[in-house]
Amino acid sequence: MESCNCIDPQVPADDLLMKYQYISDFFIALAYFSIPLELIYFVKKSAVFPYRWVLVQFGAFIVLCGATHLINLWTFRIHSRTVAVVMTTAKVLTAVVSCATALMLVHIIPDLLSVKTRELFLKNKAAELDREMGLIRTQEETGRHVRMLTHEIRSTLDRHTILKTTLVELGRTLALEECALWMPTRTGLELQLSYTLRQQNPVGYTVPIHLPVINQVFSSNRAVKISPNCPVARLRPYAGKYMPGAVVAVRVPLLHLSNFQIYDWPEVSTRSYALMVLMLPSDSARQWHVHELELVEVVADQVAVALSHAAILEESMRARDQLMEQNVALDLARREAETAIRARNDFLAVMNHEMRTPMHAVIALSSLLQETDLTAEQRLMVETILKSSNLLATLINDVLDLSRLEDGSLQLEATTFNLHSLFREVLNLIKPVASVKKLSLTSHIASDLPMYAIGDEKRLMQTILNVVGNAVKFSKEGCISISAFVAKPESFRDARIPDFLPVLSDNHFYLRVQVKDSGSGINPQDIPKIFTKFAQNQSLTTRNPAGSGLGLAICRRFVNLMEGHIWVESEGIGKGCTVTFIVKLGIPDRSNEFKLPFVPKVPGNHGSTNFAGLKVLVTDDNGVSRTVTKGLLMHLGCDVTTASSSEECLRVVSLEHEVVFMDVCAGLDGYELAIRIHEKFTKHQDRPLIVALTGNTKKVTKENCMRVGMDGLILKPVSVDKMRGVLSELLERRVLFETV
Amino acid sequence: MYGVSQLQRQLAQYTSSLFEEGFLDDQFNQLQQLQDESNPEFVVEVVTLFFEDAERLLNELAKALGQENIDFKRVEAHVRQLKGSSSSIGAQRVQKVCIAFRNYCEEKNVEGCLKSLQEIKQECSLVKSKFETLFKMEQQLFAAGGSVTR
Repeated sequence: MESCNCIDPQVPADDLLMKYQYISDFFIALAYFSIPLELIYFVKKSAVFPYRWVLVQFGAFIVLCGATHLINLWTFRIHSRTVAVVMTTAKVLTAVVSCATALMLVHIIPDLLSVKTRELFLKNKAAELDREMGLIRTQEETGRHVRMLTHEIRSTLDRHTILKTTLVELGRTLALEECALWMPTRTGLELQLSYTLRQQNPVGYTVPIHLPVINQVFSSNRAVKISPNCPVARLRPYAGKYMPGAVVAVRVPLLHLSNFQIYDWPEVSTRSYALMVLMLPSDSARQWHVHELELVEVVADQVAVALSHAAILEESMRARDQLMEQNVALDLARREAETAIRARNDFLAVMNHEMRTPMHAVIALSSLLQETDLTAEQRLMVETILKSSNLLATLINDVLDLSRLEDGSLQLEATTFNLHSLFREVLNLIKPVASVKKLSLTSHIASDLPMYAIGDEKRLMQTILNVVGNAVKFSKEGCISISAFVAKPESFRDARIPDFLPVLSDNHFYLRVQVKDSGSGINPQDIPKIFTKFAQNQSLTTRNPAGSGLGLAICRRFVNLMEGHIWVESEGIGKGCTVTFIVKLGIPDRSNEFKLPFVPKVPGNHGSTNFAGLKVLVTDDNGVSRTVTKGLLMHLGCDVTTASSSEECLRVVSLEHEVVFMDVCAGLDGYELAIRIHEKFTKHQDRPLIVALTGNTKKVTKENCMRVGMDGLILKPVSVDKMRGVLSELLERRVLFETV
Repeated sequence: MYGVSQLQRQLAQYTSSLFEEGFLDDQFNQLQQLQDESNPEFVVEVVTLFFEDAERLLNELAKALGQENIDFKRVEAHVRQLKGSSSSIGAQRVQKVCIAFRNYCEEKNVEGCLKSLQEIKQECSLVKSKFETLFKMEQQLFAAGGSVTR
């Protein structure tokens, strides 16, 4: 300003200029004062403004500038010194503040600028997030579609429905023009069009499987875009104007049950695939989007799974049906078998009774006929009849026995019997036959063979007789030797009996019987056959009509039932053969001996038991019973001496007496007497047998009798038949304890 | 004078009645079986022997039971003998009473013993008369020339 402190005349020409300056200054001041007001107002309104301090500064600067210009208004006229001072002060202040502000702005402006950059950055970020949200939403849509599709596909277990539904749903979701499924044919060389979306019944288009485009699709598990012109995509005559829609193909693995191994996923090479072809609508300019392709891939996998489930279900249904059929068939077979068994049992039962009865009649009457007077010719005829009917009876018995054996319904009896006497009997039976054929018979019974054994005596005898009988039958000359001994454990490890594992125990022993003959022998090749029933040994030079072929089969069954083993050795034709068998028998201990059942021998026409002259002594102090017993024994032909007291008995008894019967139910002390008799004959081997007769079983017991050395105990009353049986048994076995 | 067949029939009827009434049991049949040509009078002998024995035993029993201190052991011994004899010839009713008698002896029941003794005496005389009748009939049959059918 060109004002100065000297007095200046006011130039009226500059009045206009002065006026304008005056007004401008005034307005500047006004503006300068209102700007901070506005600032304050807006800053107050805004919540966030980090630069308050700067604002204050700026405000101060502007206010001071405004003040300066305001004060300037007064300096246009003559002004006093105070005004000048104020003006100067204002200017100085303004200068300070503006410099400070200018300095401050240097710091602040970059900050403000960076805020702008951040804002731009955030905007970009927001745009990106928006984009991603869009993507996620799309994916979710896809997922929803897939779930829905899967649900539709998996809601059924029927293969056709699965496939049809797949196509329908895919078509709907993706708005397809056409969707088709090509399945491999049975030969595996072609793909056949099986299902389509729009066409109702696809006529069997087939396409060879080794097209390059198909290989391309099959080799990857992704949906592959293929050309609309390839054979699999050209399903309908091209009807569009511009261009056909884009086509995508994907493979659908077909899994078989056999493809799955445990811990192992099926190998790719064994899989077969179907081809699913999807076509977008033509003329739509739509393209396949990635998410749509993904959808298609997922669906294809799901379809594979659903199909395999359906296949498994079909399989199991089929298996179940098959099982049911089999069950029905088995049931029927079982019922038929039961009927057959029942029929056979009925038949056997009938045969048992109905056939045996007439047989017995024939045999009995023929034997009676034999006794009468006949001419030589008639005698011959009767003998033949007798022989044949005996054979027939034996055959019937054998067959019945065998079927009972096979049934398993045959059970061995277990009784205590005298082993030595069994062998004696066998020898007695065979000796006559052998001597007729001029065969010599030797037997060797081991000395350590127990006297008594527990087992089925009848069947054992049958077995031995059969074996020995065969030996005699098939030997024309020479000798037959029978040996019996207790089998030692070492002999069990025999190469000939590999399966035989005997169990040794305390109350059993194994009896080994060997029958050697020097007869016609058997060809070693035929040996396995001889135990089979009905198989005749054809190489025999003498056709034996008596052999029904069942004998050895039955023997083997019996031996097996007795937990034993039987086998045959022969060196060849003409060299004889050896039959050996081992059976398991029980060892009776003291208590077992008393379990001997009293089995009297067949009463009646028992001509062989001849008690003529058998010397017996009857001791009884009851006269009546003494007389009765004496009469009984005399009736049987014995030579009876009586004694009425123990003393008399001891006086009279001698070695000539074979049996001493003493009645021990009366006052006679039988036990004492028995001991005394023993004492009398201790040195002699063949002392009389001492038998107690009693009607009272409480006082007289087997234990007591055995203790004093008695050989027998019989219960009164004794009938004639019983006495007969008692005597024969006593003489046979040298012991007889009746069970009470 | 009856015919042989009539006599036979009569004898058979009488014998079976004895069995039915329980006087005799199967043991008697056995006895009869023992009678043969070598021993033609067997049955009669045995029966006679029995009655002699029975009389003796009954006397002994009466004496033993009449004493003050009854020796039950002795009584029992006698009864046992009698039982044995009666069972040997098949006199069933006598045998049954003997069994009851023995039980009383074991119980030392004097009254019971005395009662049984009376019963036995009764039964013995009964069966004796039955036997006598039987033998007489047999003799008649033999005299008429027939034989007893067994």
